[in-house]
Amino acid sequence: MYHKEKSIQIKNSASALYNNLSVLRIAPRRLTYFTVVHANVVNMVSASWDGLNYSHRQLQSKEPNVATSTSLIMQAAFCVLPSRELLVITSQKGIQMYESDGSIMVYWHALDTPETPSAQAVFARGISAVWENYICVGVSSGSILVFDVPSKGSNITLSEVLEEHKESITDIASECSGSQQCIADLVSADDGGNLCVWKSGEEFQLLNKIPGFDMSCSSVKLWKGTVVAGYGTGQIRLYEAVTGILHAEVNAHARWIYSLDIAPFSGLLLSAAEDSLVRVWHLTVSQETNSVEVAHLHNECVTDTQICGARFCDGDGYAFAVTGYDLSEIIRYTQT
Amino acid sequence: MSARTLPLVFVNLGGEMLYILDQRLRAPIASEDTSDKGVWSERDRRRVLNDVTATLFGPSFVDELLKPQQLYSHRTLKTVLTRLAHASIMRLNPASMDRLYELTTMAVKHQVLLCPRPKDLLLVSYNHIDAVRDFVRDSPAVLNQVDQAHRRIIEVPAGSGIYSRADFRSAPSWSLLPQVYSSMSEGELQLLRQTLLVFFQDMHVRVSLFLKSKIQNPGNGRFALPTSGPVPHGTEVPGLIRTFDRRGREVRRSEFPPGGSYSRPAGGGSFGLHGARGTLLGTNTYAANRPEETLASRASAQTGDAPNPLAKEELNLLARLMGSMGAQDGAGAEGAFRISMFSPDDEEQEAGTSKEAEAFEVISIQATQDEHVASELAQIAGQFSGAEEQAENPCGNKGDDLLAMMDDL
Repeated sequence: MYHKEKSIQIKNSASALYNNLSVLRIAPRRLTYFTVVHANVVNMVSASWDGLNYSHRQLQSKEPNVATSTSLIMQAAFCVLPSRELLVITSQKGIQMYESDGSIMVYWHALDTPETPSAQAVFARGISAVWENYICVGVSSGSILVFDVPSKGSNITLSEVLEEHKESITDIASECSGSQQCIADLVSADDGGNLCVWKSGEEFQLLNKIPGFDMSCSSVKLWKGTVVAGYGTGQIRLYEAVTGILHAEVNAHARWIYSLDIAPFSGLLLSAAEDSLVRVWHLTVSQETNSVEVAHLHNECVTDTQICGARFCDGDGYAFAVTGYDLSEIIRYTQT
Repeated sequence: MSARTLPLVFVNLGGEMLYILDQRLRAPIASEDTSDKGVWSERDRRRVLNDVTATLFGPSFVDELLKPQQLYSHRTLKTVLTRLAHASIMRLNPASMDRLYELTTMAVKHQVLLCPRPKDLLLVSYNHIDAVRDFVRDSPAVLNQVDQAHRRIIEVPAGSGIYSRADFRSAPSWSLLPQVYSSMSEGELQLLRQTLLVFFQDMHVRVSLFLKSKIQNPGNGRFALPTSGPVPHGTEVPGLIRTFDRRGREVRRSEFPPGGSYSRPAGGGSFGLHGARGTLLGTNTYAANRPEETLASRASAQTGDAPNPLAKEELNLLARLMGSMGAQDGAGAEGAFRISMFSPDDEEQEAGTSKEAEAFEVISIQATQDEHVASELAQIAGQFSGAEEQAENPCGNKGDDLLAMMDDL
């Protein structure tokens, strides 16, 4: 179904972090951007579609002063809003937002770090654009920061702080950004496997809470009103977002899942885990009968590698890319 | 990231170091005759192990480790481990210390990477502590220190939580906080593991022992990750899709090819002070083997080209750790034996016999080029061990014979 393409070499290897690959397709310029986190650096590659041109850029977590050690980055993700696209980078110290090509930093938000180091780790993790003008970022305390992003410029403001989760946020996902209207357009996940379903707006509304089972949900997606969640046990669960009804349960992987992605136009689902496997599934969501079907389509094994990021490169799922711990390349696969 | 890595880092790296020291200091012929100048006696070996263990598990050192703090650079860690290795009558030359550091870090990297679940990291640590207990079983004072440290590590508080009155009443005097490493959530332990993996990132030093047992690939230095075997506790064997109706009843089951051959989880391990740990990761793999050399294919990669200036917090930590290990015994230096544990001659011999080795060059690992940092580190190290400088000069007599003896191992 898929065959391996030429890999893209990156300047540093990928770190073992959840959802450690972000992809932005820029159709007008026939380019795709990829970002991979390595310790305190984000490696950005811009790849032309004809495969001839690659350019690299590195972004550091905000410069610390000499008294403190460098800040490790937890995640980097592209946020696509109707009016603009931003690259958001979260670390132990705070949240940075850049123009999507990484050229200019437009916003910096510092996390409250205690004077003396506490046993509780402090960091930001979990990034998603939602609706027309919001970017949501999770924090280790369980809070979710909602930023209001104007269509141009750097006048980004913190609009709201959602306090519902009690454990560290792991991932946040949305659907229906822009024109479409959805009942629920945001889902957040935490280290206890708890899921919160929200409706965005001037004041975000909590629609539903789906309790976890004491196992971290490391990656989550929202599609056609269905929450798709990947857990440390290697299981994938599909829930109806607003009711919390469990549609399906997949014993998908033998180790911790690190990344999930959905190609929204085709319903293809990508899952990747520490067990070296990437799997492609097909989801059928019938909103009339309220039923969900999951079918397994394809496996790829990346030998001797714990995978930490996997993303479709386009909305149909025609191609996908994969990163692994200690691997200095982005591996690509295309449909045959 | 995680502020709770140091205790586990030192238990595991320290443990691996003791395994290697134990193996290297075994005389070819077991001999109690201390009048024989060319041989490490059983008594000397035990003394080294006891001294290093007592320092590693010393209460003030453990105090420092248990404070919440970030994991710093390899440079800092290596300085502390060097000080630990020199806690006794043995002295390692810099090249040997480099090799020792490589071996121990690669071993721990392997263990951290292959942990089936993040929680198993604790079992690996306890395997190390169990083995160390066995090394010092004849010294009740040191054994007691190991036990004390083990208890404190099991009871390391997970978060900054609120204490209940009951906790204060029942807790021993040296541990007032209620939560334990064992009750850290899987997510928190995974964060700890991810922090360790960042620390070990890009290290691909080939280790002969690992290459021979097919744990490591000679081509790229990556550790072999099998896609078969038992799944971790709490995980189901992959291959099943279950669909439910709106009432929660299962309506369909289908299977898919898992792409590997997995089986149900094996028996669990004990998280208490004693008991079978249920995993071989962290056990002494050197005990059964003859001494193997490290074939260095390239120096451990450090991120960034220029060495970063040591952050102030990092220097503070280093000073505290060195200080907590106590002043080095000056008298010991006179009787100190200099050894070269990993002689370059051995490597060339090895290179001749093994096909894989031909692809490698023995690269001498260079000392840090940042003089300012080097002198800072040396100063801190020097404050706590004035005897270090003496050890650099050849000790003569036993030292030279030992060098010759080590070469034959």
